[in-house]
Amino acid sequence: MLCQICHQRQANVHVTKVTNNVRTELHMCQQCARERGELQIFEGPKFALSDILAGLVQTETSCGAPMGINVGGRRTCNTCGLDYSEFMNTGFLGCSNCYSQFQPILSPLIGRIHGHTRHTGKAPRRAGKAVRARQELEGLRSTLRQLIQAEEYEKAALVRDRIREMERVAHQDQLQAESAGGSGAEVAGSDTTLCTDDSEKRQEQPGTQPGTQPGTGSDASEGR
Amino acid sequence: MASRKCGGHDSALWMNADGPESGVVVSSRVRLARNLQAVPFPHRASADQLASVLGRVKGAIAATPSIGPTELFDLPDLSATDRQLMVEEHLTSPQHVQEPANRAVVLNRDRSVSIMVNEEDHIRIQAILPGLQLDEALRLASATDDAIEETIDYAFDEELGYLCACPTNVGTGLRASTMLHLPALGMVNMLGQVLGAVSKVGVTVRGIYGEGTDAVGNLFQVSNQVTMGRADEEIVAHLKAVTKQITDSEKNARSAIVSDAKEQLEDRVYRSYGVLSNARMTASDEALRLLSDVKLGADLGIIPGLLPSAITRLTVEMMPAHVQSYVGKELTAWERDSNRAALIRSRLAADREES
Repeated sequence: MLCQICHQRQANVHVTKVTNNVRTELHMCQQCARERGELQIFEGPKFALSDILAGLVQTETSCGAPMGINVGGRRTCNTCGLDYSEFMNTGFLGCSNCYSQFQPILSPLIGRIHGHTRHTGKAPRRAGKAVRARQELEGLRSTLRQLIQAEEYEKAALVRDRIREMERVAHQDQLQAESAGGSGAEVAGSDTTLCTDDSEKRQEQPGTQPGTQPGTGSDASEGR
Repeated sequence: MASRKCGGHDSALWMNADGPESGVVVSSRVRLARNLQAVPFPHRASADQLASVLGRVKGAIAATPSIGPTELFDLPDLSATDRQLMVEEHLTSPQHVQEPANRAVVLNRDRSVSIMVNEEDHIRIQAILPGLQLDEALRLASATDDAIEETIDYAFDEELGYLCACPTNVGTGLRASTMLHLPALGMVNMLGQVLGAVSKVGVTVRGIYGEGTDAVGNLFQVSNQVTMGRADEEIVAHLKAVTKQITDSEKNARSAIVSDAKEQLEDRVYRSYGVLSNARMTASDEALRLLSDVKLGADLGIIPGLLPSAITRLTVEMMPAHVQSYVGKELTAWERDSNRAALIRSRLAADREES
């Protein structure tokens, strides 16, 4: 049987519709069926990860407890303009600053997704200096415990000294940052003209609106 | 290993060689999601911002000799067929090629590393290798990541790690996956049991083209669920352990079938081989199902001289864009089925002759 629409290709999609007790049948080729939007019914349900995530967020927010977002609080990222409802619909954030802007709601959500809310993996050399130092310290403390248990006190003393030295440097860095007016968070790279590092914002007073707007910097691409 | 020409271009390393456990583990992949600091994620970025990201990534790659020789493909410069070729070879994702403007793929020489620019995240670094080589894939992806980071500042938070467009990727931004061929588990009705069990230990099982795709031809993609709270190496080690468990289950099922129903198995393998060697029309789903039987036959030595990697390559070469590239023009579905059958017949005949 030929397609009833193009009358050229073989009909291999058969649609039967009953409207007001009137039955109609249409026999089409795949291409015409797809163009008419008839073929999608054969493709089955698709479960995109973002849909599941959006569903998870909606579930959490539809039961009366808006997951820490104050009713009068910020519902729009003031860096990229993403409205929180868009995130609920799509499961995607608009920019890296959304993480700090929507932190009250994202933190429990991230905890539910990952079972953790603290990154323990790789860190970039520049922006992740503090993380790398923290991870190194945690590793050294673990080594120290193992050496003490194994009664290898000479090696333990060396590790202890290394820990003290790292703690001393970290303390000095903190003092210098405070004396510099509280702007001690890393801003890696000279081309960061608009957005400050998320970690920096967390150190500022809650609710402080960073005075940056999209597309106002020397490079529009860094606007949000 | 030198790459083989596939549809007029050099095909990816993972399709050209047998790696460890390649009887069951077709390929290993590690993907790192990264974003540039202070730039909206691609789905909210303007055309200018996307173009700027692309320019900066190009600049970073050019400025970093340690990344090695690469070739950059601007997606708008490629035909729809050429873009789809990359998808079929798993060098980029179906989502990435949907809107080509200001998007690109960077490939290294043997196509074991691909860098997707302006996909869901600004930068997605992927390393894909044949067989079970997750550690090596992580090393490759991580080295590429280090090289790009020499000149680009990533969006990174001390608490949350690498910040990604979707919170399911935040933290390490690392998705490790193995593509597994599990025909015997299906034959002994244990597939649901095995995959159900592993889904409880922090891995996801999906079709071969990722999220939302079906598992055709007994091919499954197994990947880590969480990206935060574990080091990159831990995530990879866990997936490796789970993959080994599934691989052992598949091998046990194969041994059981060979021991209890060898004749029926040989019959099935040779029937599928017979259809593929003689058919004049073959749809891609049917071909994948039949090639699954033939690959099992090659892995178990039932069809002597047929290399499993040759069948792996054929599962990609018979996909729609590859068939069109082979013929050199756009084809209707019917023409593709006809040319696919011809391509498979010629490849199987050539591979038997080579052996």
